[in-house]
Amino acid sequence: MTKTAVSTTINGDAAEFLCETGETLLDVLRDRLDLTGSKEGCGTGDCGACSVMLDGRLVCSCLVLGVEAQGRAVETIEGMAEGETLHPLQQKFLEHAALQCGVCTPGFLVAAKALLEVNDDPSESQVRYWLAGNLCRCTGYDKIVRAVLDTAKDMRSARA
Amino acid sequence: MRYEAPATAKAAAKLLLGAKGSAKILAGGTDLLVQLRSGMKPPGLVVDIKHIAAMSGIKKERGGFRIGAAVPSAVMGENKGLGKAWPGVVEATGLIGSTQIQGRATMAGNLCNASPAADSVPALAAAGAVARIAGPGKRRDIPAEKIATGPGKTSLKKGELVESIFLPKRPPRSGDAYLRFIPRTEMDIAAASAGVNLTLDRKGVCTAARVALGAVGPRVILSAKAAKALIGTRLEDSALEGFAAACSAAATPIDDKRGTKEFKTHVAGVLARRAAVIAYERAGGKP
Ligand SMILES: Cc1cc2nc3c(=O)[nH]c(=O)nc-3n(C[C@H](O)[C@H](O)[C@H](O)COP(=O)(O)OP(=O)(O)OC[C@H]3O[C@@H](n4cnc5c(N)ncnc54)[C@H](O)[C@@H]3O)c2cc1C
Ligand code: FES
Ligand code: FES
Repeated sequence: MTKTAVSTTINGDAAEFLCETGETLLDVLRDRLDLTGSKEGCGTGDCGACSVMLDGRLVCSCLVLGVEAQGRAVETIEGMAEGETLHPLQQKFLEHAALQCGVCTPGFLVAAKALLEVNDDPSESQVRYWLAGNLCRCTGYDKIVRAVLDTAKDMRSARA
Repeated sequence: MRYEAPATAKAAAKLLLGAKGSAKILAGGTDLLVQLRSGMKPPGLVVDIKHIAAMSGIKKERGGFRIGAAVPSAVMGENKGLGKAWPGVVEATGLIGSTQIQGRATMAGNLCNASPAADSVPALAAAGAVARIAGPGKRRDIPAEKIATGPGKTSLKKGELVESIFLPKRPPRSGDAYLRFIPRTEMDIAAASAGVNLTLDRKGVCTAARVALGAVGPRVILSAKAAKALIGTRLEDSALEGFAAACSAAATPIDDKRGTKEFKTHVAGVLARRAAVIAYERAGGKP
């Protein structure tokens, strides 16, 4: 089958790949670009483990075709830390032990970062609703929610 | 599977019409990609409508709002003017899936996927929304509730697609609301739902009403009888009781894992009653 050439931007860098039209963006990231941070939990939009930003919007990359990335900007978990310096959310997830097996963690981090970009002072229930599309079978969610609220607090006081 | 992303509705219609095998429109893909994944035979052609300028924005028009078919519900939720004029429609689309789904899912996709439980559809039907259909011929306008004809089936002909959805200008003292019942608190499909849209006179008497029920029939149920039970009243308890009974009488649900027929019939009335009270308050009525 002939493949389609796609030019896109991933984590700020120009990227090109060839893919079949039926392949999802998640498949392309993981299997063609070796960006295996995004996980496949369900493949049907339910678990959020594949969360990425597409032109500044949080989406499930398992519900986006690879060819749709043409000319658009994709941000993945691989772009979150700056070199060796973790993003504050990543640091807080470690401090609060907000992960166990870690399969859901990249998705939670990408989704939580998107929340803090639009709302730097979310209530607990806002955090829980925003993250309702991210499932975790290990932590029981509480530590994740605490880590997000604590990050928001630190980020606000750093700014003040 | 061929993928095309045309720049105009005409070009999209031409591609769809010329397709030899099956062809599918791709809006947010939150239904289509799940269907592909679950073993649907891949269509020969996929036409992505997100590069069509006329389908990509929310515009004011004749005092109402024209919402492009490619506009995701997150964008609707961020539009303050739309939320003020049509809070019920916006809350219905806002219930679709998670934050991630909201970033992609469109109201037109919800309508054309033709699920009996689609959340935006009762709100659109209650609002008197009009879908603009583009196709090989002239554009035509049809009521939103005339799109789905049964589960997974629409009245659209080959080569036709929804270009936009129009929400009309509101008379003063109008309000709408949408409620659904789901077995969980988030991320589930409605077992029953109701959209109510009302207009009041200066004394708080209901002068016009549209009432639509979702998930309790093969397609949305627009009940003129239920609407009649509200018109001429101030939504007093007795009026609301008659209204809830009329809604339950209009419901034709099936038994399934989300609930029994009896349960859904009852809940349809309860939800419609609560939605009517919210719509009444939004229209400025004092309960
Ligand atoms: C995790 C998850 C949760 C969900 N939760 C809900 C929920 O709570 N409530 C609910 O109602 N739905 C829910 N859905 C279903 C889905 O998200 C909605 O139906 C959504 O509105 C579909 O819009 P879309 O733009 O993604 O459609 P697409 O998948 O792009 O299209 C859906 C169908 O409509 C056709 N179509 C799309 N646009 C047009 C057009 N302009 N003209 C003609 N045909 C068109 C497509 O060909 C396809 O057959 C959920 C889905 C997922 C994956
Ligand atoms: S893998 Fe995409 S939502 Fe689960
Ligand atoms: S840490 Fe294992 S699924 Fe969340």
